[in-house]
Amino acid sequence: MVDNLLLLFNAPILSVQLLVDGILIGAIFALAAYGMALVWGVMDIINIAQGEFVMLGGYVTFFLAAAGVHPLYTVPVAAAALYLLGWVLYRTVVFRVVDKDMFISILATFGISIVLQQLANELFEADVRTAESGLGTLFFADGVIVVSQIKLVAFFCALVLGGALFLFLKRSRLGLAIRATAQNARAARIMGVNTDRVFATTFALNAAICGAAGSLVVMTWLVHPYLGLAYTLRAFMIVTVAGLGNMASVVFASLGLGAAENFAGFLLGTEYQAAFVFSLLVAILVWRNARLSRQRKYLK
Amino acid sequence: MTDATRNLLLYALIGLIGLLAPYLAPAFRIQMALLWMMILFALTWDLGGGQMGYNSFGNIVFFGIGCYAAAVVQRELFFTVEGQPQATGDLATTSPLFNYFNGFAVGLALAVIIALAVAAALGSGILGLRGHYFAICTLGVGIAAGEIASGWGYIGAGSGMVAPIFPGHPSQAALFFYYLFFVLAVICFFTLKGLYASRFGLAINAIRDDEDKAEAMGIHTTRYKTVAWCIAAFFLALAGGAFGHLNNFIDREVAFPGITFGVWMVLMAILGGKGTLWGPVIGATIFHVTQELFWTYLLGWQRVALGVLIVVIVVFFPLGIMGWLRERWPEKFGETVDLEARTAPISLRESQ
Repeated sequence: MVDNLLLLFNAPILSVQLLVDGILIGAIFALAAYGMALVWGVMDIINIAQGEFVMLGGYVTFFLAAAGVHPLYTVPVAAAALYLLGWVLYRTVVFRVVDKDMFISILATFGISIVLQQLANELFEADVRTAESGLGTLFFADGVIVVSQIKLVAFFCALVLGGALFLFLKRSRLGLAIRATAQNARAARIMGVNTDRVFATTFALNAAICGAAGSLVVMTWLVHPYLGLAYTLRAFMIVTVAGLGNMASVVFASLGLGAAENFAGFLLGTEYQAAFVFSLLVAILVWRNARLSRQRKYLK
Repeated sequence: MTDATRNLLLYALIGLIGLLAPYLAPAFRIQMALLWMMILFALTWDLGGGQMGYNSFGNIVFFGIGCYAAAVVQRELFFTVEGQPQATGDLATTSPLFNYFNGFAVGLALAVIIALAVAAALGSGILGLRGHYFAICTLGVGIAAGEIASGWGYIGAGSGMVAPIFPGHPSQAALFFYYLFFVLAVICFFTLKGLYASRFGLAINAIRDDEDKAEAMGIHTTRYKTVAWCIAAFFLALAGGAFGHLNNFIDREVAFPGITFGVWMVLMAILGGKGTLWGPVIGATIFHVTQELFWTYLLGWQRVALGVLIVVIVVFFPLGIMGWLRERWPEKFGETVDLEARTAPISLRESQ
């Protein structure tokens, strides 16, 4: 660990590489995180199956790519497929827990996540999969910094998708209804918003975003059935830090997390990278709690 | 027959069955030992998840700590050559003072100490979190522990480590572990029964019902929550230490089986009825027996079925078996029946 730290000081260009890689990956985290914030804000549900949507989106792209379609064209297909899945899940399960206690919805989405994860394990097998995009790599600074083109493309895809979603929420009529429901579901209902439809759309939309994110993940990285939880927890971590409904801070938190993860992976060794992510989650929540409890003046 | 004598008879009957079971069905000793472990799992999960309203998806951490701590102590006591197991535990001892059993006891003691320290340290940090933050946080804790264990060379990292083999015939080992788990589960049950009947039980129920009000009434909520978590950690560490020895081999999958034991403990508690004393016991028994009988026919689909079961129970059957019984025959549970309340709309009754 100390050796690696010294290496970073001796060759600062390495940190640029880590930073670039982290930021490119962070944009994909931002998609999943924004979806989680959306569902959390509108429906008051923390969706633990978030990462499983990402994972399934990845499999859609993987299988289409295996059938000969270029993976980049499959992003909308993955989004559409997951939109459908999200809608079906809402109509069968989630609508029953929307107005219930948050514990119930956490347990219910926890159950959904296990079903999806194990279904993927049974149907697609536990192998690690990736979809080859066939794009080359770019070299900067005399070949010290290596950026694969697909990561750049995925980064811009993520930005475009996030921007489109943002515009949809701000400009469209349905987006207006979604934001109104987030502010006050009962008042929105009185004003004639069909909140049930809004919930269904929100949940399906979230699944679609995650599906697109997963599609980008399988192109730049890899996908396997047990991938989900890490994405759920990352999304949760980002939302906790950034707050609900603030697109800009979600993006910054995601990019920061991507970079931090990459640095940790380099310093601690890749075998501890996952442990770092989960420990960071715990640390952030504890820190947040300590800060909140200082604000609560009554009763110690 | 009064309630007290009826209860006494019930306990005596269950105790008698528990004591005689390994002789009645010697072939199933291990499965029955695991049944008691499942009961312990469900009971300890329910202490937090049901009685206190703090769903934890990471209780398995303490089980894993127990597994590893007990096995590491045995290894340090018995195996001079690191990582090289001997055929029987007794032969390789480095000290004449220790044999398999007191080494095991020392290991369990250390397991408990470490688990309590971790529970207290983690608890003081994350139990201040309100419910859903806590739930997600424990999800992270459970996975992080597994990741750390699989990267840490001292405890065998990815390749795992071997616990000493029981000195004696395998059937004796099964008998030993059966009674160990039986005693653990019984102690756990009566400890929790005593706690729920005391001021402590009232306090954690108050936390579940409305934490802000509980705090306003002067209950030190974080302290109660930490103590409750420590109690769960105590029993889980003991169970983990014993399970590691029963299994002989320990790695990340055995010690931190989040996807099996970790999910099962939640499922068993909510199946039986969370927030009740008997619910987890009933849920664990039904789950374990059905699992042993039918699960194998599902051929790998059992984990899918598990998830479906969780969703179905949570969505359609949130009260569990005990909750349903209580709803159906409240007078049997010592509740005064208010006819007006019983005929009130479901939404009113379900609100709390």
